[in-house]
This record gives sequence, structure tokens and C-alpha cells, in this order.
Amino acid sequence: MAAIKVHGSPLSTATQRVLACLYEKGTDFQFVPINMATGEHKSENYLSLNPFGQVPAFEDGDLKLFESRAITHYIAHEYSDKGTQLLIPGSNKDMAVLQLWKEVEAHQFDSPSSKIAWEVFYKPFVGMVTDSAVVEENEGKLAKVLDVYEARLTQSKYLASDCFTLADLHHLPNIQCLLATPAKKLIDSRPHVCAWVKEITARPAWSKVLAMQKQ
Amino acid sequence: MVVKVYGPIKAACPQRVLACLLEKEVEFQIVDVDLEAGDHKKPDFLLRQPFGQVPAIEDGDFKLFESRAIIRYYAAKYEKQGTNLLGNSLEERAMVDQWLEVEAHNFNDLVYTLVFQLLVLPRMGKQGDTALVLSCQQKLEKVLDIYEQRLSTTAYLAGDSFTLADLSHLPALRYLVDDVGMWHMVSQRKHVNAWWETISNRVAWKKLMKLANY
Repeated sequence: MAAIKVHGSPLSTATQRVLACLYEKGTDFQFVPINMATGEHKSENYLSLNPFGQVPAFEDGDLKLFESRAITHYIAHEYSDKGTQLLIPGSNKDMAVLQLWKEVEAHQFDSPSSKIAWEVFYKPFVGMVTDSAVVEENEGKLAKVLDVYEARLTQSKYLASDCFTLADLHHLPNIQCLLATPAKKLIDSRPHVCAWVKEITARPAWSKVLAMQKQ
Repeated sequence: MVVKVYGPIKAACPQRVLACLLEKEVEFQIVDVDLEAGDHKKPDFLLRQPFGQVPAIEDGDFKLFESRAIIRYYAAKYEKQGTNLLGNSLEERAMVDQWLEVEAHNFNDLVYTLVFQLLVLPRMGKQGDTALVLSCQQKLEKVLDIYEQRLSTTAYLAGDSFTLADLSHLPALRYLVDDVGMWHMVSQRKHVNAWWETISNRVAWKKLMKLANY
């Protein structure tokens, strides 16, 4: 029995963030599916793992954690010598730049991309109607954010350095959603962002996460 | 070398950084940025922070933005100096990270929206959205119930010591308690109240309050 357990849904972007990290590390883990359609994430059992009733939740032996970005940070440190190096060890300054781009993902990129994904990608799934005003507003915001990314990626192969790190990985779930919406044009029209997206979505670890959705 | 912090001393995100520097006993110089004059959107400033937000720091040749990246940097750089804000083992640090994420994703936006609707918009001569305020209040009540539960088991969010996770909450909590008239959300919760009283009475935070002329 693997010491690592991930409780969540393969359709949840936050769960995918953690799964991508584990696949990059090549560590064994057990996936415990949580049925969100039946409200399992709000059950008393689950709330003891994540009191906010959100997915994912994570266990590694005795350690219990929630918040996907805290989980990936832990995995990247604890299993630093396994699989892909997702940090930039050895220098506080390099780690700070990594942290900066993780914060940018969380505070600048996540909100508009999540809103577009919800309106265009998820709502139709559950029989709800897309609000095109919300989509338009958030495409505008995302365009400005991606302008900053375009400038950054002309100077650096990946966001935090010339190697793939957690900062890039954190973007994968929402990017995958965007690629299935008209907002894809915002990526296609920015050459460095486009090249970066092609690179990171082609990683074998990410393909494994996508394969889980088909099960 | 003195760390330059770009941003107004009364804004929440610069305060997050300043509180950290004070806890770590790191010298700093505040370079004011006039938000009302739109200085943060001017080309000069955008070179420091391409999203046009405060704060940004300059430490010799090293430049950084995003307040939570900055506090993590200084907590690590000056690990052996001032207050230990990170915890000791990897597991303790993971708990600090977890509650820093909670602050960023479950707490901050709700308080930010309340401040924007109740303080910022009226100052600009505009009407706040009362339905939105009510909705945020209701969500925040539920979040603080979870904090109450957590703080009934530990003295601080990540465990038994004050860490970055607690520090990160200070600026927004001050806004909530002092500026938007929602002190009851804190005072009505025994453990949240005790925690707020303790962390807001820290020497470093009180220094910042004095510097900011509160």
C-alpha cells in the first residue's frame, strides 16, 4: 500500500496539479476518487481531510495536507532527488524567482483562466448556460496577463528559469481547459507563450494525468 | 544594504512585506508609490512590477514582486535571524505553506472585496454592491468558523508558534476589524479573537502600526 494518497477528482484542476507533480516525480501513490456530484467532498469524513470541503486532500504516512500548491511544494522538496527536479535548489534568490512565478500563477493567471474554463468548459457539462459577458471580460484580463508572460518567455525558456519547474507545472490544468475553448486564440497569437504551452503540455507526466480522465 | 520596499505603507500587500522585515530585523526603506495618482501603472513602475501592483522590492541587484514570494524569500534568507517564521522540519514548513495558501485562496479575496466595496468605491464617489458585500460576509463567516475550529486545537495556524501563515493575515484582519466595521466577526469567535489579540500585539506589528500613523 503506497504511503501517499491523493483524494480528489480527475476532472478537478487542483487535483490535476497534484497528480502532475507526482507523475513528474515517479513516486507511487494511491488515488482515492471523491464523487463531487454526490457531494462527497462535503461529507463529514472528507471534511476531516480538508475542512474547506475542497479537493484535493493529500496524505503521506502521518502527514495530512490540503491546498494543491502547498502539496506540490511539499512533494517537490521531500522527493527532491527523485524524478524531475521541479525546484531550483542551492540559491535563495533562484528559489525566490520560482516562488514569484508560482504567485503570479495563483494571483494573476488562475482567476481569469478559471472563470473562462468554468463558463465555457464546465458549465455546458452540467447543463448550465455560458455567460458570454463574463467570458469576454476575462478574456480581456487574460490577454493582459499573457502579454506579461510573452515578455518573460522571450528572456527565459520557462517561467522561472531555463528548466521546467513547479511554476510551469502549476499552469497545466487551466491551460488544458483553455485549449478547448475559443480563448486558445490568446495563446496561439503569442509565439513564445504558444511554444511554451506546446512544450509543457507534451510532457509524458501530463499525458498520464489526462489519461486518468478517460477512465 | 537596505532593502527598498516600493509601495504605500497603508496598503495591505506592502504591509505584509514590512511586517516580515520587522520580524526578521532587516533594515528597509519605504519608497512611496502614489496609487491615487496612478504611479503604479506608469512605465517606470511597470518595469519593477509588470502587473502594475504594489509592492516590489529591490535588494542590491536583486528585484522581486508578489508579497508572498517576498516574505518567503526573507524568511529563508534570514532564517537564523529574528523570529523563526518557517517552522523547523519539512512537515512543519508544509503546514505553514498550507495555511499561507488558505490565506491566499480562501480568505484574502473575501476581505479584499469587502474593502473595495465598502471603502474604495465610496472614496471614488461610487456605490458599493450591497448584495456582493452580503455574499462575501456570509462566505467569510464560514471561513472563520473553520479558523475557529483550527485555533481551538493549536495556538497558531500552522502549529504552536507564530509563522508566516499568521503574519500573512495581519494586514487584511486589521482592515476587517478597524476599517470596515466587522470586528464582531473576530470578537464573536473565542479562539480567532485570542489569536488576533496575540498576533496584533506583537512588537513588530505594533512598530509597523506606529510607522504607518494608525
